[in-house]
This record gives sequence, structure tokens and C-alpha cells, in this order.
Amino acid sequence: MIDVAIIGGGPAGVAAALALKRRGVGRVVILEREAVLGGVPRHCGHSPFGMREFGRVLTGPAYTRRLRAAAEEAGVEILLRHSVVRLRPGGVLDVATPDGVKQLRALRVLLATGAREMPRSARLLGGDRPLGVLNTGALQAHVVLHGSVPFRRPVVVGTELVSLSALATCRGHGIKPVAMLEQGTRQVARWPLALFPRLLRIPLYYAAEIAEICGGARVESVKLRDGREIICDGVLLTGEFVPESSLARMGHLAVDAGSGGPVTDQYGRCSDGAYFAAGNVLRGIETAGWSFREGAAIADYIADDLVGGLPYAEGGVEVVCGEGLKYAVPQSLARVTRLRGVLQLRVAEAIRGQLRVRAGDVVLYKRRLAALPERRILVDLESLRIPQEVSQIIVEIVA
Amino acid sequence: MFDVAVVGGGVVGCAVARRFTLQGARVVLLEKGADILSGASKGNSAILHTGFDAPAGSLELACMQAGYREYLEIRERLGLPLLESGAVVAAWSEEQHAKLAGIEVAAHANGVADVRLISRDEILAREPALSGAVLGGVLVPGEYLIDPWSAPLVYLLQALENGAEVRRNTEVLAGRFDGAWRLETSTGEVRAAYVINCAGLFGDVLDERLTGVRQFTIKPRKGQFVVFDKAAARHLRTILLPVPEERTKGIVLTPTVFGNLLVGPTAEEQESRDRADTDSATLRMLVDKAVEMLPALRDMPVTAIYAGIRPATEEKKYRVRHEVGQNYIVLGGIRSTGLTAALGLAQHAWGFCAGTYAAVAAPVWPQAPRLAEHCARDWQEVGYSEIICHCEMVTRREIEAAMEGALPATDWGGLKRRTRAGMGRCQGFYCNAALTALCAGRLHD
Ligand SMILES: Cc1cc2nc3c(=O)[nH]c(=O)nc-3n(C[C@H](O)[C@H](O)[C@H](O)COP(=O)(O)OP(=O)(O)OC[C@H]3O[C@@H](n4cnc5c(N)ncnc54)[C@H](O)[C@@H]3O)c2cc1C
Ligand SMILES: Cc1cc2nc3c(=O)[nH]c(=O)nc-3n(C[C@H](O)[C@H](O)[C@H](O)COP(=O)(O)OP(=O)(O)OC[C@H]3O[C@@H](n4cnc5c(N)ncnc54)[C@H](O)[C@@H]3O)c2cc1C
Repeated sequence: MIDVAIIGGGPAGVAAALALKRRGVGRVVILEREAVLGGVPRHCGHSPFGMREFGRVLTGPAYTRRLRAAAEEAGVEILLRHSVVRLRPGGVLDVATPDGVKQLRALRVLLATGAREMPRSARLLGGDRPLGVLNTGALQAHVVLHGSVPFRRPVVVGTELVSLSALATCRGHGIKPVAMLEQGTRQVARWPLALFPRLLRIPLYYAAEIAEICGGARVESVKLRDGREIICDGVLLTGEFVPESSLARMGHLAVDAGSGGPVTDQYGRCSDGAYFAAGNVLRGIETAGWSFREGAAIADYIADDLVGGLPYAEGGVEVVCGEGLKYAVPQSLARVTRLRGVLQLRVAEAIRGQLRVRAGDVVLYKRRLAALPERRILVDLESLRIPQEVSQIIVEIVA
Repeated sequence: MFDVAVVGGGVVGCAVARRFTLQGARVVLLEKGADILSGASKGNSAILHTGFDAPAGSLELACMQAGYREYLEIRERLGLPLLESGAVVAAWSEEQHAKLAGIEVAAHANGVADVRLISRDEILAREPALSGAVLGGVLVPGEYLIDPWSAPLVYLLQALENGAEVRRNTEVLAGRFDGAWRLETSTGEVRAAYVINCAGLFGDVLDERLTGVRQFTIKPRKGQFVVFDKAAARHLRTILLPVPEERTKGIVLTPTVFGNLLVGPTAEEQESRDRADTDSATLRMLVDKAVEMLPALRDMPVTAIYAGIRPATEEKKYRVRHEVGQNYIVLGGIRSTGLTAALGLAQHAWGFCAGTYAAVAAPVWPQAPRLAEHCARDWQEVGYSEIICHCEMVTRREIEAAMEGALPATDWGGLKRRTRAGMGRCQGFYCNAALTALCAGRLHD
């Protein structure tokens, strides 16, 4: 019997494995579908990774080598090319391996399957279907893992932090983006990073949305809604992260429409108490460092749970994501006298107003804020005192 | 010198090449695209129709029903899947509801005896996730789902493995008949006793090139689709057909053999015969329509978007013709039922030539790729070495196999249709680079 099976060997999964071993948990197994451990940072050719974890600035690949070494040293069982294909109630996993399909049982399972960017199809982005429409993750895998270059003069869609990392990837590999498009009226990423496109002399188009992608075999141009046409040989779709939560979606675990991740409580516990989740599978998106720390923190709760130390999930308080918010994670709170951890919030559109947590008409927490999309908003759970009779709290931003 | 030159590697041409080969003819199939299925057959709804709503007494109905029967007969030996989903023609308004009885009567007249009216309650018992706004329907138990790419692929493979030839990247430019055909193609002359025009969206163009006149005109009609995540599939098991409107069969919501849920197609007249583009407004409309019928689809991620073009003509019927003295057969205007009718059309065409050759005594039966989600997949068998596409669980072994054999994939589209690699929910986020590296030098754009 496996004590804890961890699905996904990215920063969150590895951090969790290390923490569980530190807590003296016996059999800790990472199930990773790729041939190497490390997750997304494997193909982030740039820094900074690893400041908090290893006390130094590393590139993504160097960071994942550290993760691997640490996991091996700690005695974590690492099963590569193991694809979990199905979750069953109570911690039973169907796993595809080159040696055949297996069923594994674990006392607890941690979902740490990460997040990815939304592809063209899910954005309902019309036009022809030429080759050369990629996400940042795929571009990075091309240039960093395989030394291939999928296009030379792409249009970059989006201005999130990852979009700038995409520009860095392009720059290092002889790719010269012809334009950067932003739907809104300002860049999503923070100044001074936002100066980066200008430094690279890449024209930035605001309020720009692609109406159609044109091309026969390969991308030839994009047409914008305002009628402009940009000649290019590729489209790089950046950001708009979505949790890779298909295992939860396809199985019995509750999934939150707002975050796109599994519904959890403050311990990362899912709707089936044998399952926990940590890292970017919870939401799009946080940094590798954040995911690492979250993996470790949730692993601590799992270790507590294995010895009966976690409060019951039943009778918890539902966290409802109200006006102005895109998501709130976690979506429920087990009832305890002193809450720990944070409530992670995001907005879909820029908003200025009062952030409130209320139970019915009783305001439990409030503060003024100006929030932008894809920026971290946190509420310290310790500051919340939830009255006994309350079964639901509402989080909202009132303009 | 061939007995038969089949022009066009759509589903119809592939089925025709198979039928004539099995009957003993020496067949060559000429396809102008880099791969087969580069026309109308590239994108459809993948329904194996019973013909319950086809025009009574039509050739279309006869070919659909013959095709349907033959598919069921041969599919196991070719390793082709069948998802026995059944269909419900659902009425959402009083006006539509009033048409149901007529649909049942017409279905019976077409020989589809098990079609019957079904009450709102029975529909909801069968499909509990369906919107309560449904008023009633007609149950068509025999409407099934198949794999729209593996079927034609294995039809042609069977022809090839029993002696036929295929020439891809070969466009028929002109032709002359002087007792036998001399076809001028982009890759040289081809001589054959018979020519069968299966040129789909270009059937009329080829007609003119070969005979000097166009006896019909293709009116391309595009249909856009949205494919939902596999998580959607649990919410619907039955094909949901609309009560037919004047021009088309209307919007369908259906499971697929690949384990997704599909909504579409639209019916948009257009000039272009090869531009199967999509537009966001229409795609959004399709999503809304699907959510309206099946509320559980709200917030369901979208996996894919695509469009197909029907080779409709100025008349609502197949444009099939046999010019006896010219050894020329046209299977034209196979609009919206060709996936079902292809094997039947092939039989029909064979009927024009029956008795000419001696059938292959013990034909080889090749195996189709196993891509259906309800059947055993390659990843479930040991020794696949690695999964390349994680969303669709495509193995390295499958990808290697698709690039080998009698009809290897030569471009990305061909590889996707043979394996589904890159067609899943991440659309290549995880696998595009690995796939590109694996296929480097073996596929072109
Ligand atoms: C394109 C991109 C660029 C980014 N750039 C940066 C950056 O520059 N700096 C930064 O700090 N953060 C960056 N991030 C964010 C963050 O680093 C990553 O999302 C981070 O790796 C999250 O860690 P994770 O462990 O949650 O998931 P991941 O690193 O995504 O790891 C998930 C792992 O789970 C495995 N897996 C998934 N499903 C299964 C299954 N069914 N069975 C077995 N294994 C499975 C995957 O193969 C993968 O190895 C980026 C994210 C993306 C997507
Ligand atoms: C949206 C949509 C939904 C559909 N749904 C269904 C369904 O659910 N069930 C069903 O049964 N049917 C369905 N159909 C119908 C079915 O897809 C078509 O009837 C069928 O694909 C027609 O095939 P074809 O072989 O006649 O034509 P095509 O697929 O167009 O094949 C013709 C081939 O000939 C080649 N060619 C053309 N000119 C030349 C030349 N001069 N030289 C060499 N090669 C040439 C082309 O490149 C092409 O590959 C649907 C169709 C659409 C568009």
C-alpha cells in the first residue's frame, strides 16, 4: 500500500513529496507521465527560479535538476512515464504504463497536475487552420527541449507575465515577433517588466483582438476586429491559464467553475477526502515558487490527516465567489476555531472598490483595493471569524 | 493500363476503390491532395444514418441503406468501431412537435421500422441531463456513430493491400476517351478503361475537364462545429437531432466515438470549395445552442473547432450518372450523407460494371487504427514505449505505425486523422514539440 501518491512531478508535486518524507511518511510515490521530473520549468529556459527553495537564482532546467536530485535523495519513489488516467473513489488510481495498465491504491492522493494556457480552440478564435498557432509552453518546449524553431515572425497575443517570458524565449532563439496584441487598454504585466516589448522594439497594439487567423498550410497573417491585417508566420497565444484538472473533471471530484480547478478546503482537501490538490491545478496561475511552497504546506496537512489530525470536512463553510471576482480558492472551509492559510482571489476585469467577505448581511472582513486581472489578491484566513451558525460566506468586490 | 481510375480520395472514392478491387479490377486512385480526405470528407458529424429521413424512393436513400448494412457487415473484420448510441429527433417548440408524427410515418415508409414517437418523460429518463424544455421526440434506435477518418482510410487500405494503387499529389487535369481513357494528370499520363469521378467538391469541375460540359454545379455549403471536452460525454449518450428545417438537417448535438461531445453543423452557402474557416460569432452561437439543450455544458471547456464543406449542388439529390459508351461514372453531389452512403454508392457503381472481372478469392483484411474511446486503445497494451499525446493518449508506437505501411501519413493533417495526436484538450501545449521532433523530416506542411 502506498501512503501518498502524488500525481505530477512539477514544483508542487516534488515539494509535497519532500515535505512528506520530512514528516516521516513511509511510502511516497510520484507518478509523472513525462520521461523526466520537473513539470513546466523544464522548458522555461530563463531565470529566476529557485530563490526561496534553493536560495539562488536558477534557470528553469537547472531548477528542475535540483528538484530531481532532492527527491531522489529524500527517498521519494519516482515512477516516470506513468500516466494517471482515472481517479476512483477512496484513492484508487488507474495508471497507464509501458508495462501495462495498473491500478494503484494509496491512503491519500495529491493532485499536482499543474496548469496550461488556453489553446486557440477554447478561445473560439476563428479563421483558417494553418500550422504555426502555438502556446508559450509549446514554443518553450520546441526551443529549449528540442532545439526546433516553429516560426520566425509571429504575432504574440497577450501581455501577461508569461507573455514577456515568451518574448525572452523568442529573443534567445532568433524569433522576431512582429506585434504584441492586448485586448485591453493596458498591459497585464506590471511595470517595469512591461517596458520589455518597447525595449525589443515590438509594436504593441491595444484594444486589439484577432478576428481571424489566415493561411493555407502555414499562418500567413492575422486580421484584427478593427480591420487591420498583420503579416506574420505564426501566432503565439500566451497566458489565459487553465488548470490541468481533467482527471477531476472526468472523475468524481467536484470542480469549481470559477477557478477551473478541483473544489478544495483550506487544507487542499477535495470533495473526496482521500484526494488533495496543490500547485497550479488549483487555479491559473501562480509562480513556481508559490506552487512549491503550496505543495509543501498541503503535504503537511496530508501528513496530519494520515494520523487523524485534520478537522472533519463535513459541515464546512462554503465560500461563494461573488460580484467582481473571477475565482476564490479554496471554495470551502472546514470549521475550526482558528483558520489558517489564505484565500486566493482574482478578478476578471480591472476594478476599484471594497473587497468584502460577508455572511448574509454581516461583514466579516473588508478593505479597499484597486485590482487588475492576473494579479494576486490574498485574504488572510486568520483574520476571519466565522460565526457558528453560518454555512456560507460570500467574497465580493463592490465598486 | 488500369481497369479503373478512381478520381478523388474522399470517403466515396476510397469505398469505390475498395469495391472494384475486391471485384477483381485493377484500380488506381488519383488524389490531388497530399493525402486522402482532403475535401468534404475531412470534417463531418460522423453519424451512420439509417436513412429514416431521406427522400423517399431516392438513390440517396438506397445507397445510405446499402452502405449502412455493409458497414455493419464488414466493420469487425476491418477493426472499425460502432457506437450504438441511437438518436432522438427532439422537438423544442409546438411547431416542431407537430411535425413528429410525420417523421415517424416517413421513417416507416423508408423501411426503418423501429422508429417511434417518444414522450418528453421518456426522453428525460433516457437523457436526464437534457433541458426540461424538450417537448417530445422521435426515437431512431439505429442511428450510430463511427470513426469518420479510419473508415475511409481502411477502405482504401484494403484496396491497396489487394492490389490497387494510389497516387497522391496527383490532380487530373484533362482526359480523352478513345475506347479507353487517357488521363492527363499533374504527375503524368494515366490510362484506364473506366473512369469514376469521385471528386466531391470539384466533381463538376472534373466533369467538365473530362466531358467538356458540367452537368451539375457544386454549391459549397459549409458547416462549423464545436467539440467539447471529454468530460462532457457523460451528460449525453444519444445523438440529438433537430426537427429538420427547409434546407438542412440543422444543428446536432452528439457524442463522438472519440469520447467527446460535438455541436454543429451550420449550413452556410459560400463560394469557396476549399476554405473551411470558422468564425467566433458562429462558434459562440453553437456553444450557446448546446448549453440551451444540455445545461450541464455551461462552463464546459471547448476542445476543438472545425468546419467541413458539403458538396451540395443546385438540386437536392445525388448527381450520379453512367455514360455507357464513354466508360464514365460520376458519383457527384454527395452532400450530407456520404459517410454513410459511400459503401452503398460503391456497390451501385459496381452494378454498372458487374460481371466484368473475377472477384478476389481470399481478400486481405487490414486493420483500422483503433481510436475509439469505447474500444481497446493502443495504450492499454504493453510495450508502447511512451505516450506522446497525453490528452488523447496517443502512443509512440501508433505514431510510428501511421507513418509506415501502404498509405503512410505524409503531412500533419494526415497524421492527426490517423492517430488523433494533438487533437485533444491542450491542442499541443504539451506534445507539439515532442511530436514535431519525432516526425522531423518525415512529414511536410
Ligand atoms: C508556459 C508557462 C510558463 C511559465 N513560466 C513561469 C516562469 O517563468 N516563472 C515562474 O515562476 N512560473 C512560471 N510558470 C508558472 C509555474 O512555474 C508553473 O505552472 C509551475 O510549474 C507549476 O507547478 P505545478 O507543480 O503546479 O505544475 P507543473 O509544473 O505543470 O507540473 C505538473 C506535472 O504533472 C504532470 N501530469 C499532469 N497530468 C498528469 C497525469 N494525468 N499523470 C501523471 N502526471 C501528470 C505533468 O507532466 C507535469 O510534469 C509558467 C507556467 C507556464 C504554463
Ligand atoms: C458538415 C458536414 C457534416 C456531415 N455529416 C455527415 C454525417 O454525419 N454522416 C454522413 O454520412 N455524412 C455526413 N456528411 C457528408 C459527407 O462528409 C460527404 O458526403 C462526403 O464526405 C463526400 O465525400 P466525397 O468523397 O464525395 O467528396 P470529397 O471528400 O470532397 O472527396 C473528393 C476528393 O477528390 C479530390 N479531387 C477533386 N478534384 C480532383 C482532381 N481533379 N484530381 C484528383 N483529385 C481530385 C479532392 O481533393 C478530394 O479529396 C457531412 C458533411 C459535412 C460537410
